[in-house]
Amino acid sequence: MPIAAKFEIEYLQYLDADGKLVREDLPEFARDTKTMVELYKLMASTRVFDTKSIALQRTGKLGTYASCLGHEATHVGIGSAMKPEDVFAPSYREYGAQLYRGVRPRDVYMYWGGDERGNDYQNEPAKHDFAWSVPIGTQCLHAAGSALAFKIRNEKRVAVCTIGDGGSSKSDFYGAINVAGARDLPLVAAIVNNGWAISVPRRIQSGAKTLAQKGIAAGLACIQVDGNDIIAVRKAMSDAIERARRGEGGSVVECVTYRLGDHTTADDARRYRGKEEVEDAWKKDPLKRLRNWLEAQKAWDQKQEDAWQAQCSEWMDNEVNAYLETHAQPVTAMFDYTFAELPADLARQRDEAIALDKGAH
Amino acid sequence: MAAITLIEGVTQALAYEMKRDPSVVVLGEDVGVNGGVFRATQGLSEKFGEWRVFDTPLDETTIAGVTVGLAAQGMKPVCEAQFEGFIYPMMEHICCHAARMRNRTRGRITCPAVFRAPWGGGIHAPEHHSEANEHLFTNVPGLRVVLPSSPARAYGLLLAAIRDPDPVIFFEPKRIYRQYKEEVPDDGEALPLDVCFVLRDGTDITLVTWGAQVKESLEAADALAKDGISAEVIDLATLTPLDFGTIAESIAKTGRCVIVHEAPKTAGFGAEIAARIAEECLYDLLAPVVRVSGWDVHTPLYRLENKQLPSTARVVAAAKQTLAAG
Ligand SMILES: [Mg+2]
Repeated sequence: MPIAAKFEIEYLQYLDADGKLVREDLPEFARDTKTMVELYKLMASTRVFDTKSIALQRTGKLGTYASCLGHEATHVGIGSAMKPEDVFAPSYREYGAQLYRGVRPRDVYMYWGGDERGNDYQNEPAKHDFAWSVPIGTQCLHAAGSALAFKIRNEKRVAVCTIGDGGSSKSDFYGAINVAGARDLPLVAAIVNNGWAISVPRRIQSGAKTLAQKGIAAGLACIQVDGNDIIAVRKAMSDAIERARRGEGGSVVECVTYRLGDHTTADDARRYRGKEEVEDAWKKDPLKRLRNWLEAQKAWDQKQEDAWQAQCSEWMDNEVNAYLETHAQPVTAMFDYTFAELPADLARQRDEAIALDKGAH
Repeated sequence: MAAITLIEGVTQALAYEMKRDPSVVVLGEDVGVNGGVFRATQGLSEKFGEWRVFDTPLDETTIAGVTVGLAAQGMKPVCEAQFEGFIYPMMEHICCHAARMRNRTRGRITCPAVFRAPWGGGIHAPEHHSEANEHLFTNVPGLRVVLPSSPARAYGLLLAAIRDPDPVIFFEPKRIYRQYKEEVPDDGEALPLDVCFVLRDGTDITLVTWGAQVKESLEAADALAKDGISAEVIDLATLTPLDFGTIAESIAKTGRCVIVHEAPKTAGFGAEIAARIAEECLYDLLAPVVRVSGWDVHTPLYRLENKQLPSTARVVAAAKQTLAAG
């Protein structure tokens, strides 16, 4: 029988679990030791940040928090592949990408600490990115809409969204890649496949052999990469982003990583997954493998590691203190951002709330 | 017989009905091995297997649409939205299909499904995990909207919801999931739907409420009693179809009414109660009806959520205002 169409999904990896090169055609950026050290430093600081966040939650100073432990290569790889003028539409744990784009740790603490000001990113380029999106996968369509805006206005910009393995089951994800494929929109959807959607494992999330191949049905370019290898993530994301920028269409990049922690601090993963699986995953730790590689090239050593850890610790302590020094917003903050101008009917409620609040003190 | 919490009342009802009726299936995200993020389906997967306690892919549209299909084929699906804030993608299937299936096929196909969701604020949860959005469903014809406020009512009303031949939205006030325990016999006795519960008799004022606000309303009644004011407290339990008779009877006696709810005020379900009182009880009223509710704002993140949730003090103040009016 004649074949109507044929597809395959490439798998990209440069560094294996031990930090040994598995292919020689290193991309330009990876030949530059300075760049690679900078990427390593951000990955390491992301982990220090994450450890602090969990400690804050455990001591009652932060609400429910979604850890990014184990995702550092994927997240930093995505963030560092983007240009400042691009737009990022994250879900809710891509701190490595966001820190790269100027979100501050204190912003993250504010958000999970129950304060909307955490969504009000102060620094460019994060200032023009979307805020965290807890309703799963919805951000994909916002990225597609952003990509459409760039196309209509003939801007050489790209919209990047991230979703989980679970998020790639959502109608919103399918809708986003579909419209991007139908109209060649500059959209790059990075699927952060960390093996679990809370308690639901990847194997019953989708019958597809790879999640990357979902993009094929939508007419997008697709690739699967080792999400714990920052060189592979950044290379695949850069290629996809620049392809989109050239007007050649969108992509789906599946980054295969592992959620080393619980889904959030409200979750207990021991209820549904075995110890061995997690122990195995630690052997593929993205930080360790990059560090091994850098050390083998004499680009990093224990002394630098200690100094950087100390510096990160101090940085995060400052951020934690900045967060802890904030007070809850006044009761009026609930009303003041509801509309551009406060409608008279709502103004009456606002007055009532102020009076009640005064009475309560 | 052990005393159980409200959420254990939910689990007990699901287990009872799944054992009694093999067509009952539970589906949703993390309802299987994990037993639900609040543990409402704890132990069911072990008892009934992975096909009757079905972990779905992560897509609310899938969950709701599959639920409609199951129900149309004679199954009794009980699906879960993990939080009420994630129910919106389900609304197309609930409103366009589940609720109107009987009507549009002139009774040929029906939809005996239950859509469960933890509901409401007050637990310091992240964004989209603390909404009060029952009023978005009370305006949909063909739907029952149920909100239990005690372990016994959770058990009895969920049994009734599953057995009901039409679709039911079953919101569970998560703030009082584990507030207290009471003895609830696991006897499979359902409570009636479409009936309000008078939780406390009174003669001076009627407090009408539902969900977690039952707690503040009962506390307010206690506080008012100390001032010699006798408050009657009515828990709607089933919002639609509404048992207005119980409210009307109470107002005929008290002549005063305060409605307490967590959702925003404008077009909240309190507006419906107030309109019915205006239509049917105006000449019994001694004072204007007052609503104590959330403001017309988005559920704030948790640092401010207590400024949005009605407090006992606000209920007491509203009751006194009503009493002073006439
Ligand atoms: Mg996942």
